[in-house]
Parts: sequence; structure tokens; C-alpha cells
Amino acid sequence: MEAHVPAAGSARTRSEHRLAWLLCAPAVIAMLAVTAYPIVYAIALSVQQIDLRFPDEGGFVGLDNYTSVLSSQLWWTDVFNTVFLTVVTVSIELVLGMAIALVMHRAIFGRGVVRTAVLIPYGIITVVSAFAWQFAFAPDSGFVNNLPLISDEMDWFGGRFSSFAVIIMAEVWKTTPFMALLLLAGLVTIDGQLYEAAKVDGASAWQRFTRITLPLMKPAILVALLFRTLDAFRVFDTIYIMTAGAQDTESVSILGFNQLISRLNLGLGSAVSVLIFICVLIIATLYVKLLGTRVEEGRPVK
Amino acid sequence: MERGSREYVLWSIGIVVVLIFALIPVLWLVSVSLKTPESITDGRFIPSEVSLDSYKSLFEGGIDESPFIKPLINSILIALSTTVISIVLASFCAYAIARLEFPGKRVILAGALAIAMFPPISTIGPLFDMWRALGLYDTYPGLIIPYLTFSLPLAIYCLVAFFREIPWELEQAAQVDGATPFQAFRKVIVPLAAPGMFTAAILVFIFAWNDFLFAISLTSSDASRTVPASLAFFTGESSFTEPTGSIAAAAVVVTVPIIVFVLFFQRRIVSGLTAGAVKG
Repeated sequence: MEAHVPAAGSARTRSEHRLAWLLCAPAVIAMLAVTAYPIVYAIALSVQQIDLRFPDEGGFVGLDNYTSVLSSQLWWTDVFNTVFLTVVTVSIELVLGMAIALVMHRAIFGRGVVRTAVLIPYGIITVVSAFAWQFAFAPDSGFVNNLPLISDEMDWFGGRFSSFAVIIMAEVWKTTPFMALLLLAGLVTIDGQLYEAAKVDGASAWQRFTRITLPLMKPAILVALLFRTLDAFRVFDTIYIMTAGAQDTESVSILGFNQLISRLNLGLGSAVSVLIFICVLIIATLYVKLLGTRVEEGRPVK
Repeated sequence: MERGSREYVLWSIGIVVVLIFALIPVLWLVSVSLKTPESITDGRFIPSEVSLDSYKSLFEGGIDESPFIKPLINSILIALSTTVISIVLASFCAYAIARLEFPGKRVILAGALAIAMFPPISTIGPLFDMWRALGLYDTYPGLIIPYLTFSLPLAIYCLVAFFREIPWELEQAAQVDGATPFQAFRKVIVPLAAPGMFTAAILVFIFAWNDFLFAISLTSSDASRTVPASLAFFTGESSFTEPTGSIAAAAVVVTVPIIVFVLFFQRRIVSGLTAGAVKG
């Protein structure tokens, strides 16, 4: 970061600091109000027995809520589902997103059309996308079962992994554009002369991709993976609309929501929330380790 | 040239595949929304007969009876308020980060990044409890506040990237030429900063317009329920009919403005989403 205004004197420096802090304060307060305080509050709730349906019972229970969550089959099933969905969707998105980024970057014509088309899934409400895919695969109203090679009787939402297949397709459709745009940002930084030089030296298109594009894009790829992994780990909307967690398709976010909002069990639900927070912290730390300091050059977009 | 025409064909195929991938689900929704109740289960991709009944049923009975009008108004007002407040706060903050030297600058950027990674589900329980105590449950501010929190990192990063590109010397140059500081700001800086602010505004709007988790957790009625949440509660005309047609119609109504937006501002959105990723 370069210094824009040279410090003329300490009085001026001090007033500049004060001005900077005044300008930043409202945004900082707004960001902390709904994150820092609630997470502390969630930790406080998670060590108490608080069930809004039985307001008279309650009190400090220590780590009992955590023990109940961690020893329940449901929590581990949901962790498996969430990790499974995250790994599969993010892997497919990386490959597809890279292909789309290359088309957007290198296409000789029609770049504007492709960019516009790709932004449509990005702009669409996730709930709307979930309904579109659900209707398409529904045994009664959908068109998918009428396609060749697919059984007319296929009940996509009747089984666990066929439900996952539809959930994954919807998630991939909705979020690949974002991945593609982040990768495109990395692609445009690569000097075109490198490709020309490689061409002169006789490198094939595939060699140019694996020897020039991929290594130079490593930071951009890691930043894109970081944001998409964390986003995929919070998967909620699509599952809620499609199966609401039926057929063992629940994610950890759905579990948290069910405990907190549907069952009003704030103690147990908060324990789930805090555990999800810890999972996110672990994932973020792993990526930041991989990236080193470069993460601050990335950007937080959803 | 042999090679040129082969490349042309390959790129054409690539573009067509991307177009199909992006557009099929949208066209399918439009198709479902235009089907008649009798033909909605025929499983055809293109409707055999077209009717606007699903759209009419959405708006039937005016604001009091319709399951859609009030949520649509809520969605628009909440998303617009979030956008305006978020851009104002983020502009102040981004201006300070881009132009002033002060301790804590890096902390603010790192903190914003951390909040972008924060899982919203972890705040739902405490917010539900706090909002009921404070009287914010099921109100507009009850949703606008969390939307602000989670859209600010996005807006700040986007604006910092844009503000760093502005040639601020022009402001002094204008003052040397006799402009007052306010004139210099209004006539020189504002026009330069406006495109960036507009781009950030689009991204924030899309974020607030899209949210579902806060909307179903922190509202309980049409007083403040937004469209994504209300879609989950749609019911059919009678208990025997599925609300498929009306959900599809409502989905098309809230999707069309976004598509028009994207068509017009494609370049801006791409530059906004990719800006900060390139420069540090």
C-alpha cells in the first residue's frame, strides 16, 4: 500500500488518523454489531439449557449441549453430507469455471454474450434456482424424466444420493459463474507474450495451459476455492427448498436452523452454531496457510 | 486459413454450450409459469398452450389478499435501503483506506475479510433472541441490519479497488484553477467515483435481494417477509393443487429485473467482481 499523502507534521498526522477513524467507524460498528457480539452471545447460550417452549426450566449446564450434539448420529450424518456436497460441488465448479473463464477470456467473438449469459445464474435468487431445478426433476411436472436414457419412473427426491445429484446440479449452476469470474480475474493478469513465446517454441495448447496458465493462476485459484468452499459449506437455501433435509440430506446449517428456529431450542442450537463457526475457522485457517499473506489481496464476495 | 476456421468452430461450440448451460433453467421456469393448471404435469419443455393464469393469481385480491404483492414491496424496499446505507458507509470507509494513512487500516481490511467468511447461521439464534427483546423481530430494520453487516465487506473491497484508481491530483488541480474545494469534489471527484459506487451498489442489491436464511428466521408475517421467504410458504389454490404454477410465475417476476440489470450492466458487474482480485 503506497502512502498517498506525505505526513507534514505530527499534528497533521494525528488529525488525519482521527478523520480516517471517523470515516471508518460507522462501517466497522455495523460489521461488528451482527457478528462479534452475536457469536459471543451464541457461546453464552450454548452452555445453558434454554428452550423457549419451556421458559421456566434452564440454567448453566456447562458443555452438556456440546456433548449431546457431538454424540448424536444426526450431527455426524450432517457433517458428512455437508463435506460431501462441498467437495463435490467445488471440484465440479473449479473445472467448469475454468472452462468458462477461458471461453470468456479467449473467445474471438461473442465475449459480451457469454459474460451476460453467465451472470444470469449469479444474479438469480438461490431459492428461485432451487425451485427451477426441483420442478425440472419432479416426477409429475418435470421434463427431465421425459428425456431419453432416463426412466420415466425415476423418483429423484425419493433417495439420498439421487437427491444429492439434483442439489449438486442446482448449486453448481448457481455458483459456477462466480468461480469463473474470480478465475477470469487471474487469467487477465497473465502476460500474453508468454503464450506467443511458448507457441514459437512449439508448445501445444494443452502444454501452454498446464505449464503457463495453471502455475501463474495458483493464487487466483486458491482465493476462488477459499471463498467457494466456505460458501458451499454454509449450503442451506437449495436443500431447504428441495428436500428440507428429508432422505438424510440435511446439512449442518439446516440442523442449526431446525434447532434454533423450528424447535426454539436456543441452547442446543447455539452449540450447533458454535461448532459450525469452528469448522469454518478451521477451513479458513487451512486455506490461509496455503496462500500465505496473499489472501488479503483477494476479495470477499458472495 | 484452415486453422482459423477450425478455431472459429470450436469457439462457437464453446459459446453455445455456455449459453445453454446458463439459460435452460430460466427458460424452463418461464415455460412452467405459462402452462395451464391442466397441462402443468405434462412434462413438456415447451408448453402446449400458453396462459397467463398463474400470473393473474399472483396479483389477485390486491395487497391484502395476494400472497405476493406485499413480499415484493418488502423485498424492494429492504434491498434498496440496504444498498443505499451500505454504499454510504462503505464509501466513507473505502475513501479513508484508499487515501489516508492511519494505523489499523490493515486490521479493518482483514476484519472485513473475516466477516465475509463468517457463517450467517451462527448469528441466527442470538439475533432471533435479541431482535425479539429489542422489538426488531419481523421488521424492516431487523433484516436491513444483518444485510448491512454481510454486504459491507463486499462493498468496501470493491470501492477500495475503484478509489485507488482515481487520479486524486485532479482535485488539487481544479482548486489551483480556482474551483472551491466543494466544486472540485462535486465536479471532478464525484463523476470519477460514481461508476465504482454504482457497481458496488449492484452487487450489494443482488446480495440483499437473494437472502433466504435471515428472511425466514427473523420474520413471521407479511409485515416484513421478503419474496424468497414467502415463496417457501406459497400454497395452492386449494389443498389439492400444488402451487407450482404460481411459484414459477413469482420466480419469473423477481428474476426479470435482475436479467435486465445484467444485460445493461454486464461490463460493470464483471469489473466489480474481478477488480480487487487483480490489484492488492
